[in-house]
Amino acid sequence: MDFALTPQHEALQEAIGRICADLGDDYWLMRDRQGGFPTELHQALAKGGWLGVCMPEDVGGAGLGITEAALMMQTIAQSGAGMSGASAIHMNIFGLQPVVVFGTEEQKQRMLPPLIEGRERACFAVTEPNTGLDTTQLKTRAERRGDRYVVHGQKVWISTAQVAEKMLLLARTTPAEQARKRTEGLSLFYTDFDRSRIEVREIEKMGRKAVDSNQVFIDGLEIPVEDRIGEEGQGFRYILHGMNPERILIAAEAAGLGHLAVSRAAAYAKDRVVFGRPIGQNQAIQHPLAECWMELEAARLMTMNAAWRYDSGLECGAQANAAKYLAAEAGFKACQQAVMTHGGFGYAKEYHVERYLRESMIPRIAPVSPQLILSFVAERVLGLPKSY
Amino acid sequence: MKVLVPVKRVVDYNVKVRVKADGSGVETANVKMSMNPFDEIAVEEAVRLKEKGVATEIIAVSAGPSAAQEQIRTALAMGADRGILVEHDGVLEPLAVAKILKAIVAKEGPALVILGKQAIDDDMSATGQMLAALLGWGQGTFASKIEKDGETLKVTREVDGGLETVSLKLPAIVTTDLRLNEPRYASLPNIMKARKKPIETVKPADLGVDVTPRLSVLKVEEPAKRQAGKKVGSVQELVEKLRNEAKVI
Repeated sequence: MDFALTPQHEALQEAIGRICADLGDDYWLMRDRQGGFPTELHQALAKGGWLGVCMPEDVGGAGLGITEAALMMQTIAQSGAGMSGASAIHMNIFGLQPVVVFGTEEQKQRMLPPLIEGRERACFAVTEPNTGLDTTQLKTRAERRGDRYVVHGQKVWISTAQVAEKMLLLARTTPAEQARKRTEGLSLFYTDFDRSRIEVREIEKMGRKAVDSNQVFIDGLEIPVEDRIGEEGQGFRYILHGMNPERILIAAEAAGLGHLAVSRAAAYAKDRVVFGRPIGQNQAIQHPLAECWMELEAARLMTMNAAWRYDSGLECGAQANAAKYLAAEAGFKACQQAVMTHGGFGYAKEYHVERYLRESMIPRIAPVSPQLILSFVAERVLGLPKSY
Repeated sequence: MKVLVPVKRVVDYNVKVRVKADGSGVETANVKMSMNPFDEIAVEEAVRLKEKGVATEIIAVSAGPSAAQEQIRTALAMGADRGILVEHDGVLEPLAVAKILKAIVAKEGPALVILGKQAIDDDMSATGQMLAALLGWGQGTFASKIEKDGETLKVTREVDGGLETVSLKLPAIVTTDLRLNEPRYASLPNIMKARKKPIETVKPADLGVDVTPRLSVLKVEEPAKRQAGKKVGSVQELVEKLRNEAKVI
């Protein structure tokens, strides 16, 4: 068992850290006020080849694993970019795993290089307003007509749909009542985001203004058959393939955001003098921050454990879910504590921590709720009866 | 032409340096180490020369502990072609390093050696000049611009009065100043490629160099703490303090 980072991991962190340092706190503060996709970060990472971190080498990727992708995402969040930076590329890093694993050679060569080179951005169109996490019950229909599918339906919480050129879409190709199994009848597509057939409405939200979240209305979108990934009706199974990596990456992002908040709070507590001494000399300030650090590190280790299991081809559902739960909660607590450590100034935007606190809600809620993770662990790890 | 770029492993510029308890030097255990920033500029310049078709091969060389391989890897990730580590665990003074480099030059036959003008740890600013003297080569120190012109190299130097341009006959030594270029960030594909590039390891003795230190460090101590400023109430008080406390007027 070896917990040390390899020299290559350190080189990766160093290089990502440098790219992120060019943007800085004021940039993210401005993006949080004005909105607008962080193109500068996306393009800098694309230029350095980072978007292909876990893509195969034959399509221009680096062929590394989720371990390296997680280190990268943690470094981005921790640099000060928080979820605004991480979410800008999150989907591009892992989201096309179904294409990597189940796509044909022609599809891989056509779909992956533009994404890695940053010429195209993809959004992930799965969630629907009336089904929530009950993914097998999706209503969006894709009807086969000759060599095309015609799609009607709506999606919600689709991040980056304002700017994306492509979309990974999960839609029903066999009506639920005709499907052989609950998990069949859905198909996966990777296709052009044709705005003449898709209406996108942005959702005003609590944080991460830079990376848009949207309602998406699809009305008569035509998808050529060659944009379907894998077999018709098997889309749900394919999409599951990306779920554990997504939990691992979001856990890494949450831990990075939490560490960022704790280090900012510690720096403030060291400098801020009240009653003739730095407030950080008081245990009431020190101890909660120390506790946050310990919880974040524990969550980070669980995250790396899950990543290592995934990369080693071992079952990692329990670890990936546990990592996402632990890191999200630890990240939220750390951001909250960072605001409290700053006192009144913590509430001021220019001290940044209030932004982190708003962003720290994202990994708690998405891509799966903490309650559903608890149910998963109770059922799958502890062998208790299904509760829902 | 071949270009040799020596790189030094130093305490990272972001680290707040601490003096060892016994005053023998600065603490380097469990401290982040990096490539000397001036050497990064040297690597960048060499890579740019290669991109322009002026340089054909870039060799990164480091003298130091086995961990200095990390700095060579960094240079390889930036675009150097191969590395040489001259492994030695103890103190290496500029003269010893210059002798090591002289031996490497004899072996590799580069037409140009580009080094940082100084290392940020000991600020000696001596290795490049010593190497030029040992080799009998021309030197363009503190370069802010380099241009190859036939068999000569035009080096612009930032001096007190403005810019001075010297013309060097190759082979030559150049030491880099801060404004020569802005080093690139290693890209992911290049970090991956760097893993496969060769690093050769030799010992100073293999090169016939005696690296025994000739200087002895008497004491290393932290700079005196700065005193807090004082507010004065009037010009008279200021004049009085300048005269009697600071004793400057």
